[in-house]
Amino acid sequence: MKRTHWWGRVYLLAVFAVMYTPIVYLMYYSFNSGGTMHDFQSFTFKWYRDVLSDDRLLIIVLNTIVIALLSAAVATILGVIGALAIYYVKRQRTKNALLALNNVLIVSPDVIIGASFLLLFTIAGIKLGFTSVLLSHIAFSVPIVVLMVLPKLEEMSPTLIDAARDLGAGPWQVLSGVVLPFLAPSIWAGFFMALTYSLDDFAVTFFVTGNGFSTLSVEIYSRARQGISLSINALSTLLFLFTMLLVIGYYVLSQKGGRMYGIGGRK
Amino acid sequence: MTERAWRNWYLIPYGIWLVLFVVAPIVFLVYESFLDLDGHWTVANYENVLTPIYLKMMAYSFWYAFLITLVSLLIGYPTAYWLTKTRHKQLWLLLLILPMWVNLLLKVYAFLGLLGTYGLANALLQTLGIGARQLLFTDFSFVFVSVYIFIPFMVLPIFNALEELPPSLVDAARDLGASAWTTFRRVVFPLTLGGVKAGCQAVFIPSLSLFMITRLVAGNRVITLGTAIEQHFLVTQNWGMGATIAVVLMIAMAVIVGLTGSGRKEGSR
Repeated sequence: MKRTHWWGRVYLLAVFAVMYTPIVYLMYYSFNSGGTMHDFQSFTFKWYRDVLSDDRLLIIVLNTIVIALLSAAVATILGVIGALAIYYVKRQRTKNALLALNNVLIVSPDVIIGASFLLLFTIAGIKLGFTSVLLSHIAFSVPIVVLMVLPKLEEMSPTLIDAARDLGAGPWQVLSGVVLPFLAPSIWAGFFMALTYSLDDFAVTFFVTGNGFSTLSVEIYSRARQGISLSINALSTLLFLFTMLLVIGYYVLSQKGGRMYGIGGRK
Repeated sequence: MTERAWRNWYLIPYGIWLVLFVVAPIVFLVYESFLDLDGHWTVANYENVLTPIYLKMMAYSFWYAFLITLVSLLIGYPTAYWLTKTRHKQLWLLLLILPMWVNLLLKVYAFLGLLGTYGLANALLQTLGIGARQLLFTDFSFVFVSVYIFIPFMVLPIFNALEELPPSLVDAARDLGASAWTTFRRVVFPLTLGGVKAGCQAVFIPSLSLFMITRLVAGNRVITLGTAIEQHFLVTQNWGMGATIAVVLMIAMAVIVGLTGSGRKEGSR
């Protein structure tokens, strides 16, 4: 194995330092009693108390979690159905067309997705709020699930299904007893990705959220536009810890599946 | 039910999703772009887009997106290259990707403090003897924060491309007397071009449409196409104009993807 040159190491360390500085900076000042993101005065939990006693914020956190779980669940079901649909299409051209359409929402910038969904909901007469946000999150998560499940489906040996059928399994038994268990790791990975996409989304939600309803990203944006408030720092520290838990869970799951889905691990 | 019927059944819910959330929004966007403020048919929006104000904005938008992509590539390629050379590279990769899971707005918000007048960046500049200066609400802060956000999207595909490069090719080049630099220039870089393309697409396209970064750290100094779309849809309520800019942006993107080929696919292989 080749050794890394020392300047390679220094370079990597510098990149990592820059990547983590903002996050550490945020967390560090969340304990500052001074109320600004400079001049650390003394250690305090005040901002955390503020966050935890802010009912409106807690409702928003709850909204965000409910939207994320619901949209990820529905998107996973739709995405698995979509992957199966594309898998079973025989003609290569139809398959490619379906895949291209599937990828439209992945390559489109968020602003365009948000604007076009806003138009869609207005024309369809759907009131902006919980429903519109939920529908949008489902909509933009589906193609990701499809892309995570489809390669696994292509990997599946057709003899597996033939064997099940020869042994007398009906279509439903083939699906629930053979195909879905085989796909399980990629389905979980898809669910996780949908979850993170939903939790992380700002731009699309910002367009379709209307007045009464808000998610965390939108709330952080509107608070940050008013300037620095250390309760955002406290909130971000809490969120970071929560995210770490999610990532560790994801890592463990993908290690079980033998592969890191979607985040660039080797095949 | 027969096997065939089952297979066709899968197409129904998925097809409904495709029509409702992929096809219909695009159709509505194009339709809206031909309407004026009172809902009458017009091509005035497209005439507007061709006026110097909008053309200049588009030029700026593309220029910044280009800058962001270039800087990301210049920083990202060596990062990916040396990452593949480390021990425990999967762990390092995971650490590099971890900030991707931190809410984008929180990262942008962090820079409000970091780049602020009394922030860490200015304190550093002062210790270096350069002196404090206005960093926030400048073009520099916009490019810097955007690069920070997009770096992982550049590193990932390049990392994958480098990983798939057979080491024997590098060894062969070295055995035949090529210097390290020549080996890189003639063997490694050309063979990882797919990853580079994929990374550039993954950075360039979203950076055309950032509006939260321009609003928060660039103080409206930098107006991108994304900012204009948001402005028209949510502030001035001129949806027709917003839709027109969105359509123009979509066409531009399609052209870019067409020109750079299927970089995404190559990179993901």
